[in-house]
Amino acid sequence: MIIFEATNGSLIHRIDPRVRVAAACAFAAVVCLSHRLVALEIALAAALGLVVLGRLSIVSILGRIKALNLFILVIVLLLPLFIPGEPAIRISGLTWTREGLHRAGLIALRANIIMLAMICLLATMEPAHLGFALRKLGVPEKLTHVLLFMIRYVELFHQEYHRLRDALRLRAFRPACNRHTFRTFGYIVGLLLVRSMDRAQRVLDAMKCRGFHGRLYVLAPFRFTPADAAFALLAAGLVILLSWIQLR
Amino acid sequence: MHIPDGILSGPVIGATCLLGAAGVLVGLRRLDFSKIPRAGILASAFFVASLIHVPIGVSSTHLLLCGLMGFFLGWAAFPALAVALLLQAILFGFGGLTSLGANVLAMGVPAVVCYYLFGVRLGPAMAGRTVFWLGFVGGALSVVLATVVAGITLYATGREFLAAAGAILVGHIPVVVIEGFVTGSAVAFVHKVRPELLACPLPTSPPKEHPDA
Repeated sequence: MIIFEATNGSLIHRIDPRVRVAAACAFAAVVCLSHRLVALEIALAAALGLVVLGRLSIVSILGRIKALNLFILVIVLLLPLFIPGEPAIRISGLTWTREGLHRAGLIALRANIIMLAMICLLATMEPAHLGFALRKLGVPEKLTHVLLFMIRYVELFHQEYHRLRDALRLRAFRPACNRHTFRTFGYIVGLLLVRSMDRAQRVLDAMKCRGFHGRLYVLAPFRFTPADAAFALLAAGLVILLSWIQLR
Repeated sequence: MHIPDGILSGPVIGATCLLGAAGVLVGLRRLDFSKIPRAGILASAFFVASLIHVPIGVSSTHLLLCGLMGFFLGWAAFPALAVALLLQAILFGFGGLTSLGANVLAMGVPAVVCYYLFGVRLGPAMAGRTVFWLGFVGGALSVVLATVVAGITLYATGREFLAAAGAILVGHIPVVVIEGFVTGSAVAFVHKVRPELLACPLPTSPPKEHPDA
């Protein structure tokens, strides 16, 4: 189920995960505060550039931004009704204002730009490397441990869940909106919890046996190469340019 | 339910990230090293459980389960949620990076409230029916609280979001009932099969032998 992009050896995939995480955060921070169309157009060009550099498939990107854009669609339809201004579209008593459409458009742009950058920079890395990179960037150690455990066990419980669903299907269970379904799903969740707590205890015992006392070692040999420095400089330049346009 | 990037205003992003980080730090402080595997593994079980879709008419809804997380994790729900929501944003495009703080708060606050209101009362000695109804109320309340917190962050961004916040609240009314039944059944199930797991704080006694250890 973990749909991290397989490493395809593209330019983006080879950049140091620490640089990618830092760049994604800085880019997201400056884009989400931008109100000027020029800044967002430059940011969009940069995000699309990342897609090209990362050699990502369009189909998988569309699949990932689908859910986001359904939410955005609701905002675009609702928001302009409540922002006062010059009427732009009028349909049977409802008025979408020009100012409202402008605000909604900015929101849609910002949301999609940040999502694209996040897919290109973060979803393209080895899952465990995300945890190691966050650790190196100063995120509390325990939090990255929780992340690493989660990355390890999510796939496992997903298989477990599918086994349970298969067992239900064999017994002709068909979900509907009734109490039987709610109770059955509740039992599945309960069973997943019981099994996860049992497994956690076994994992802890096994780890204690090997001398675990609250530390995991970072095994990824991150190396900061000239290419990483170049990418970091480019990203920093872009972030500074975008904030300058915004503050001008 | 998950607020994406690009909607919230600068001050709201700052405030929610600070508050969310504070919640995560409190949770981490209460998480000693022997509970780290449990927090991570429980978080992955919740992550998978939140993929369950319950059909409503032609549409369907997924479970939030933040009340149930509060029952079993207490304050540790905050770090677990931060990690889970980060992965959800990166992998599925639900939520976002800059709205991570807001989303962590929207689910972490109900989790901790449920922990203090109901979680600490649950125990192996209770009658099964009482356990179910405590779980029901906790699960239902957590969804209401989650939509209210999300609504407040949207409203703080701009008054024009009031309608969107109201739409979210109304849209979640069926979820409140479903979440109540599912949470109640889940707690009742754990109470029936492994009552000792309901004791708060969780005991660290070794579980029964399993062949696949």
